[in-house]
Amino acid sequence: MKQFKKIESRAIPLPIENIDTDQIIPARFLKATDKTGFGENLFRDWRFHKDGNLNTEFVLNNNSYSGEILIAGTNFGCGSSREHAAWSIGEYGFKVVISSFFADIFKGNALNNGILPIQVSEAYLQTLFSAVQENPQTLILVDLENQKVTLKETKQSEIFEINPYKKLCLINGYDDIDYLLSIKDKIETFEENRVEI
Amino acid sequence: MGKTLFDKVWDSHVVTTIENGPQVLYIDKHLIHEVTSPQAFQELENRNISLFRPKQIVATADHNTPTIDQHLPVKDELSRKQLEQLSINCKKNNIELYGLGHQYNGIIHVIAPELGITQPGMTMVCGDSHTSTHGAFGTIAFGIGTSQVAQVMACQSVITEKPKAMRISVDGILSKVVQPKDVILYIIAKLGTNSGTGYFIEYAGEVFENMSMEGRMTVCNMSIEMGARGGMIAPDKTTYEYIKGRTFAPKGEEFDRKVTHWKSLKTDSDAAFDLEFSFDAGDIAPMITYGTNPGMGIKITETIPQTENKSFEKSLSYMGFEKGASLIDQSINYVFIGSCTNSRIEDFRVVADYIKGKQKASNVNALIVPGSQLVANQIKEEGLESIFEEAGFKLRQPGCSACLAMNDDKIPEGEYCVSTSNRNFEGRQGQGSRTILASPLVAASVAIEGKIIDISTTF
Ligand code: SF4
Repeated sequence: MKQFKKIESRAIPLPIENIDTDQIIPARFLKATDKTGFGENLFRDWRFHKDGNLNTEFVLNNNSYSGEILIAGTNFGCGSSREHAAWSIGEYGFKVVISSFFADIFKGNALNNGILPIQVSEAYLQTLFSAVQENPQTLILVDLENQKVTLKETKQSEIFEINPYKKLCLINGYDDIDYLLSIKDKIETFEENRVEI
Repeated sequence: MGKTLFDKVWDSHVVTTIENGPQVLYIDKHLIHEVTSPQAFQELENRNISLFRPKQIVATADHNTPTIDQHLPVKDELSRKQLEQLSINCKKNNIELYGLGHQYNGIIHVIAPELGITQPGMTMVCGDSHTSTHGAFGTIAFGIGTSQVAQVMACQSVITEKPKAMRISVDGILSKVVQPKDVILYIIAKLGTNSGTGYFIEYAGEVFENMSMEGRMTVCNMSIEMGARGGMIAPDKTTYEYIKGRTFAPKGEEFDRKVTHWKSLKTDSDAAFDLEFSFDAGDIAPMITYGTNPGMGIKITETIPQTENKSFEKSLSYMGFEKGASLIDQSINYVFIGSCTNSRIEDFRVVADYIKGKQKASNVNALIVPGSQLVANQIKEEGLESIFEEAGFKLRQPGCSACLAMNDDKIPEGEYCVSTSNRNFEGRQGQGSRTILASPLVAASVAIEGKIIDISTTF
């Protein structure tokens, strides 16, 4: 996994609530046996009309917006456990997703892929939406070490929570398998000591 | 202070707690399928790690499989490749696979319980959010992502924070038109799609105590639609009797010993929950959804709420419905009865009972997809097959099918489908499809009438 410390980037606003993983990556694109090729199908049915033409009204097709940060409405990533959702977001180029609420499994999947889900207050989320919608050039600073997200120009900022263990993993670029392998003897001892019922 | 059922099972599986961090939870059973496992096998190969406990893994092919001509090679090339990859991976790693054509094949959350693999007090995971189904047995069961699938393959454990505990009690007696599906749709409509995030739910009270195992599975299955990691119900006599005699269930003395242990798996009377809700069974009626998340549900006789919210409006416009409208008499051309929520024998008995001697409406395309090969056999043995055929329903071979439309079973754009599955997301049953979630009984009534009716007046 890549290390994550800080980024400064413009952002793409997607003020829709309850965006489920079926929207992030529709089921018909889950047939691959490797982890690549999902980025191009991110939000496929919102980006393209059914006839294959670009939906120019969808924000990802709006050239004025760009960046490594996706800002989305509350309860982002609900639904299926498909990690393909995190892969598609990562491959498309996002490193951070900001919302006022994340579904559990998506949050875990994002973290396991070096993507930082930042949960902010609903009020701050709206501040971010307005700032970016008013001026797509708006820069947002994300500082994982200090757990802080800031609007560069106005300095409006908010502190976010992250599990200290997960934070350490991201900053150092190591993942859960590394950790589990390092305690494999403990797992074996656990198995041996279980009371057989 | 006493412990909750959830605490008891969870705490007995904690290998260690990371300082200031999550816990390492030992996993008894790992279920896998073709869609979320290939990249995990790949990950292990890349890192040169061998599988730790392959005997604790059970595999099936379900998401991507056709529901006709399963004896022939799968036509869709990508699907075929994914299925082949699963077979290769299982063979290479000594994993038991119930692939296409196997007598035990079926949807993972249908086969594990019916084979007696799912047992009270276990921890179970699967790269699939509806793993919560197995909680019906007093099991801690939850969905994981593919990275975690790889972790469990490598170390038979996951790193996760302990969720908080919620209890949802429903007391009283349900009216006879109200099915377990209505109970859970009602709860989600009341509490909302993210009300369970961060929690593990225990369902308690008379309604669940009186429910069959199939019904309990339907309820626990949809816990994830509230955002909860899982839901569970304390094992009782109904549970033991369901398990007894199943293929992989403990036998003889071992079974008795297990039952003695299972009896201890209940919430102590002085245990505390982080959050509690209770509902009255008398208020629950047949339900239906009108929007694009499972929380957007109403009683069939109610009207769509007048909510002022952009996302709500976007959802209604996708569905082609208006605020304040009633769905009664809404014409419907597709009915799907299947999925890990409602594709067990009991569901099909309810449907057969209702449609016996009737004909489906001419506008309706009604699809019946059993959850497993064993359920399919039972449908034949009990004579339900001829009832379905005579009524004009199409009975298919087992699999996830139109629940997520990865195979050819898709609902066309713009069409409404009354479905017994668990998700009504945009495009879930095919691009542009519009899903209305309901119980098998409601779905059967819609198939016969060709439109939504108030089932309580005809039942
Ligand atoms: S039936 Fe539907 S919800 Fe259940 S496992 Fe299959 S795709 Fe998932």
